[in-house]
Amino acid sequence: MKMRAEEPAKKLMQGNEACAEGAIAAGCRFYAGYPITPSSEIAEVLSYRLPAVGGTFIQMEDEIASLGAVIGASLAGAKAMTATSGPGFSLMQEHIGFACMAEVPCVVVNVMRGGPSTGLPTLPAQGDVQQARWGTHGDHPIIVLTPWSVRECFDLTVRAFNLSEKYRTPVILLMDEVVGHMRENVELPNPEEVEVLDRVKPTVPPEWYIPYEDTPFGVPPMGIFGEGYRYHVTGLLHDVRGFPTLREDEIEPFMRRLFRKIWAHLNDIQQWETYLMEDAETAIVAYGSVARSAMRAVVEAREVGLRMGLLRLITLWPFCRKAVESILDGCKTLIVPEMNLGQISREVKRVAQGRAQVRTVSRVLGRLIKPEEILEAVEGWKA
Amino acid sequence: MTARYEVRFSGTGGQGVVLAGIILAEAAGLHGGQYVVQTVSYGPQVRGGMSSAEVVISERPIDYPKPIRLDLLVPFTQEACHQAAGLMKEDGIILLDPDLVSETPEGWVASVPLTRLAVEATGRVQMANIVALGAISRLCPLVDEASMLDAAKGRAPKGLFEAFERALEAGGRFAEEIRGKIPFEKAPTPED
Repeated sequence: MKMRAEEPAKKLMQGNEACAEGAIAAGCRFYAGYPITPSSEIAEVLSYRLPAVGGTFIQMEDEIASLGAVIGASLAGAKAMTATSGPGFSLMQEHIGFACMAEVPCVVVNVMRGGPSTGLPTLPAQGDVQQARWGTHGDHPIIVLTPWSVRECFDLTVRAFNLSEKYRTPVILLMDEVVGHMRENVELPNPEEVEVLDRVKPTVPPEWYIPYEDTPFGVPPMGIFGEGYRYHVTGLLHDVRGFPTLREDEIEPFMRRLFRKIWAHLNDIQQWETYLMEDAETAIVAYGSVARSAMRAVVEAREVGLRMGLLRLITLWPFCRKAVESILDGCKTLIVPEMNLGQISREVKRVAQGRAQVRTVSRVLGRLIKPEEILEAVEGWKA
Repeated sequence: MTARYEVRFSGTGGQGVVLAGIILAEAAGLHGGQYVVQTVSYGPQVRGGMSSAEVVISERPIDYPKPIRLDLLVPFTQEACHQAAGLMKEDGIILLDPDLVSETPEGWVASVPLTRLAVEATGRVQMANIVALGAISRLCPLVDEASMLDAAKGRAPKGLFEAFERALEAGGRFAEEIRGKIPFEKAPTPED
């Protein structure tokens, strides 16, 4: 695991700052947002970093307009992002759906705080996990990534941009207050070491361009406004030329392709990590900052001879079914700690299908779950 | 088990507890070569309200980022003391300003008049947090004075370098006097 790292690095950095630096490294040159705790530092850093690299930073009037501006910038060729927290994330749902439908690459960061509503502005939670999946209406695929360290805030922001460009889809980086506000000593890679992917552009002349034509990969090349390519962009279900359609033979192929472009590439999109799983009889399935509590719990359990391991989900959606299936042979008990009342544990139960007992450890009191609170759910553990 | 040294600065918004946490984390992490994680906890109020900063220092990578049992508590209010009840290690130290706090939780108390020393050394009440850092540089085995000075200077606003230095010295001198009185070996247990 990456935490067993070499030497401590020479920069103390906050998760939110690392996210902003990751955006710059990934080639993000446009940010539109409305500051909100606990995500504001991302906007703060980008407000001076973006102009310094020739990019654009706009503080918008609200979160609806923020994502609207981001989508427009992306259509004009910029890699664009916004960052928010629960209340703003709710407002963005409509435009997330638009970006799915019109296939506009963009990155939306949600640093989760306690909810619902204004809730607990300064305290951590993981209550937006299902909203990230299903917050916008209509059947749609989505990619959601979730970091557990400051370094990973950088890495996954880069990855969010790369996936959004490659698959022409909004990607949500789901952080939590602990990870966003946490400072760690980190060493960031040199810009030239960062792998950066750009959207595929059409090679045909503008007059031959069919904007939503299917390809073997499932992702049509994206013409850039301002580079001679003009086409109709709409939230209405559209034909290959981008115009609204009511034809069954156009509607279903479009919807199928929208899902196929993600589902056919799960091996590329899904990431997870295991720790001490080789001989584990009990596994903790965790994500985000809670995975660090889980890591500690595993270390403590091993010290008293309990065979425990950790499965850490990095890609949260599409749900890593294969990761959970791969541990079902050895583990009869899966423990799912979450700062919500069971949003991922229901997915784990769905995949486990009764082959393992799934225990949810929920804490919704505005702080990180403690390792001992996870261990209390372990058979044979005596505090 | 990885040895962890855990510190909490706790008070109300405006007392500089977060800055103190950042400086300590930089002293230990950047200048001292340790692994550090620094986290914050505060309320939604713009002014006042509970505020605390926590620093975990270790020679090994840190998993759980919050303190488990505190080695060092610096409470700037009475409430901060109450909240830390039951959180101290048996050989934990409470670095306490007797002018701010009267009732203390269980634990060994190092009484240091942080505010008074700050006013004497710099003329500024706000420097109590820096005085505390000066004391910590003599009491925490994972941070030395030079690292603390480097880190503090790196975070000092323009024109306040010397005031920061004087505040650190004042805290350090006072801690030097009480260091011999600590009734236990204050060093992290080695990796087993």
